[in-house]
Amino acid sequence: MTTTIMGAKTREPLYTGAEWDFSTLQRINDACEEVALGELGLSIYPNRIEVISAEQMLDAYASVGLPLFYRHWSFGKHFAHHEALYRKGLRGLAYEIVINSDPCVSYVMEENTATLQALVIAHAAFGHNHFFRNNRLFLDWTDAKGILDYLEFAKAYVQRAEEKYGEAAVERLLDSAHALMNYGVHRQRRRALDLRSEEKRERERREHDERVYDVLWSTLPNKPAAASSSTEDDKRRALLQLPQENILYFLEKTAPRLQPWQREILRIVRNIAQYFHPQRQTKVMNEGCATYVHHRILNRLHDDGRISDGALLEALHSHTSVVMQPDFDDPRYGGINPYALGFAMMEDIERVCRAPTEEDRTWFPDFAGSGDPMPVLRDAWSEYRDESFVLQFLSPRLMRKLRLFQVTDDAAEPVLRVDAVHDEQGYRHVRRALARTYDPAWTDPDIQVVDVDLGGDRKLILEHRTDAGRLLQEGEARQVLRHLASLWGYDVLLREVDPSNGAVLREHAVSPPG
Amino acid sequence: MQILDRRLNPSGRSLPNRQRFLRRAKALVQDAVRDASAKRGIRSADAGGEVTIPLHGIREPTFHHGDGGIRDHVLPGNKEYRAGDEIARPPSGGGGGGSEGSPDGTGEDEFRFVLSREEFLDLFLDDLELPEMAKRRLVEGTDPAWHRAGYAVSGSPANLSLARTMRNSLSRRIALRRPKPEEAEALREEIERLEADGDPANRLPALRLELERLTRRTQRIPYIDPVDVRYRRFEPVPRPVAQAVMFCLMDVSGSMTEDMKDLAKRFYVLLYLFLQRRYKHVELVFIRHTHEAAEVDEETFFHSRETGGTLVSTALEEMRRVVADRYSPADWNIYAAQASDGDNASGDSQRTARLLTEEILPACQYYAYIEVGRDGEHGMPGFPRGPTDLWRTYETLVAMGAPMAMKKVRHRREIFPVFRELFQKQPAGGEGARA
Repeated sequence: MTTTIMGAKTREPLYTGAEWDFSTLQRINDACEEVALGELGLSIYPNRIEVISAEQMLDAYASVGLPLFYRHWSFGKHFAHHEALYRKGLRGLAYEIVINSDPCVSYVMEENTATLQALVIAHAAFGHNHFFRNNRLFLDWTDAKGILDYLEFAKAYVQRAEEKYGEAAVERLLDSAHALMNYGVHRQRRRALDLRSEEKRERERREHDERVYDVLWSTLPNKPAAASSSTEDDKRRALLQLPQENILYFLEKTAPRLQPWQREILRIVRNIAQYFHPQRQTKVMNEGCATYVHHRILNRLHDDGRISDGALLEALHSHTSVVMQPDFDDPRYGGINPYALGFAMMEDIERVCRAPTEEDRTWFPDFAGSGDPMPVLRDAWSEYRDESFVLQFLSPRLMRKLRLFQVTDDAAEPVLRVDAVHDEQGYRHVRRALARTYDPAWTDPDIQVVDVDLGGDRKLILEHRTDAGRLLQEGEARQVLRHLASLWGYDVLLREVDPSNGAVLREHAVSPPG
Repeated sequence: MQILDRRLNPSGRSLPNRQRFLRRAKALVQDAVRDASAKRGIRSADAGGEVTIPLHGIREPTFHHGDGGIRDHVLPGNKEYRAGDEIARPPSGGGGGGSEGSPDGTGEDEFRFVLSREEFLDLFLDDLELPEMAKRRLVEGTDPAWHRAGYAVSGSPANLSLARTMRNSLSRRIALRRPKPEEAEALREEIERLEADGDPANRLPALRLELERLTRRTQRIPYIDPVDVRYRRFEPVPRPVAQAVMFCLMDVSGSMTEDMKDLAKRFYVLLYLFLQRRYKHVELVFIRHTHEAAEVDEETFFHSRETGGTLVSTALEEMRRVVADRYSPADWNIYAAQASDGDNASGDSQRTARLLTEEILPACQYYAYIEVGRDGEHGMPGFPRGPTDLWRTYETLVAMGAPMAMKKVRHRREIFPVFRELFQKQPAGGEGARA
């Protein structure tokens, strides 16, 4: 490091002390942008940074991070819970919330110090933003351009429904829809969500109904139900698109007793669920990407003399508490911290690119020793989700560092068994097991609508294809089924079957209330 | 890049959601609030605070795996295990530490959150109301409030309505064709130009004449005329009396123990809170008595000891005096709560009854008598205790239809039920006994 280079690179500090104003934010953003787009080669949506108060942050928390969400008591419940923890000092607030939208909206709290704002901007406005903009899942499944308008529409629609049909009716419907929210997503690709056309579609549908409405039709006696024959069963199932894993979609299209406005609200809940589906599958990568990016950016700013030593230490203090991973026997342990795992893996990839060991060369022949980690990381960020990312990139060295081990808990046996640890025989096993914990297909029970007797008693039949003998938690399953029955309007039957031999392990039958 | 300041957006956006949540969990929260208030100190009785409600009532169910079956866990921080080791199953079934716990700690069986003071009191005093009589009096009182009522041609300068005045001025100027300053200015410039450049068409005299005409007219028609001026007008609107005074009467003779005073105090606190929610302004008057009565401050009232006999009538006499001095029943809603162990000098009953029926009750909205006793006193075997002197006296009054309420309280936990009983919403027309 020569003095001339230092002299050339050392520039004015962006800020001094903890105070900041809007021009500080602007300078911080510009400095981060320079590093992010130049050195790291990120590509981002335009940024919008919104400064909010602590109370507004709690607000945003409560409604799943979305600023304009429709009203429901459950958000009030979450708010009350977060608020109680926050007031007691048990939990700090997140420094930021970022929304996958175009422009990408990041909320930063006014209480943050200037250094925290820099950390937050680097983390959210560049790290998360790049991930949203490039990751395949987000591109395929979410509509960043339309989401803010769609939320506005959803909020207004729910409010109008409340005025028209009463708060109680809407609340009951939303309760039921929320219970099934995890089953309101298409897991196989259909077509990209186009949220901007949603409002238009709803309006046109209503206008069409009004135009063709003829009171005479409503006076016709109902046609007698056609007798269904067993030969038509397959055709009928195909027409209903059965089996169907998206239960909310099925109800929206098929439930016989729902009003049009109820279908529309189911659709809203379903669209929101679909919008969040990628986030559930990319927690480790998304946070890892953002944490890695803020780490790189802040260190670069410090190297260039744009933030002081004190500021870097303050940022590192926050950084290390975020990426802290307690051991499994630590009372603080609450699962594997996605920030910790994500960041460790990104750093590990950087190490493999820059200074690989012999082991790395055998495990990662594609990029070990390639020098610049950014192309590898950018490719990973755009093409993988947590499950495949862990499966592909978790290195033996990191497994040793985290001292990962795998335990099998078979309810039929009296003890737990350690199947694999961080050694030569165990690496692949541990890695596969860890990857699987990030796969929704493994963690969420596989429940599908399999049949419905539209000609007869209209009973809806669902099937839970159990995996490794894991049955549903009975009490809650019945509650969810009651919600499902109230939407369907007729009896509902859930069979838990063993997919290997088709044996029915347990059945839950629920009738609609009233 | 855009930076927006959202801090000025209305806060409390989550309020509707919160209200929905509280409504949803109302029964549970109400129980919790009553539990919490029983445990609290007197002084903090009206603060908001943390309450805990059972989770089952507000659960949001989802499909998820229950116990049983085979599951894998990958855990960090291995210390000693090797492949093939066996670990004793942890007692709570969590499968090696917390990986089954649901996020946000909502996996617990209890849900904790903080209620604001307002919410706390709302739930605490929900479905209580002031006795019917008080309402009638509430509406009768008159303390005028000033409301806007159009415009007037006279008034104080502070009430000048500039917008309305200028509107009148403008329409008058248009109607009377007051020349615009720009017209005169244009004319003046034209004249100056002609004077400088020469005047081939000899238009100058005509223009000068026109300018003079405009100037004269401008002077004749003022920009603002007194007829334009308007003032905002206010009208007095009668408003119900929104102030109340609460008299706390207590026997402080030797027979009243600290426990009994504490019971009385709890009752006063409840009544005070309740009145505060109904009236903007509530004053407190403390009157203590032995064989003589005095108005004292709160500290003395509850904490200093006196010795002497017991003459209840002296307290009522003192109250009558204070009412006559400071709280005219026409302007004030008067509430009185008397606490005593029931002792009274035997010769005093007559006088007490007379004072109460003739002087005190007619002036009061509500009069409550709380007889405090020692815990367990009433159940003492072998010492059956009949009604006290004061109780007997008041009982005859109530039997004759006097508008007062009386209750016995022996334990802290009875305070709230008794209070509720006194102020429970009456079913319509259920007021017969007291009319």
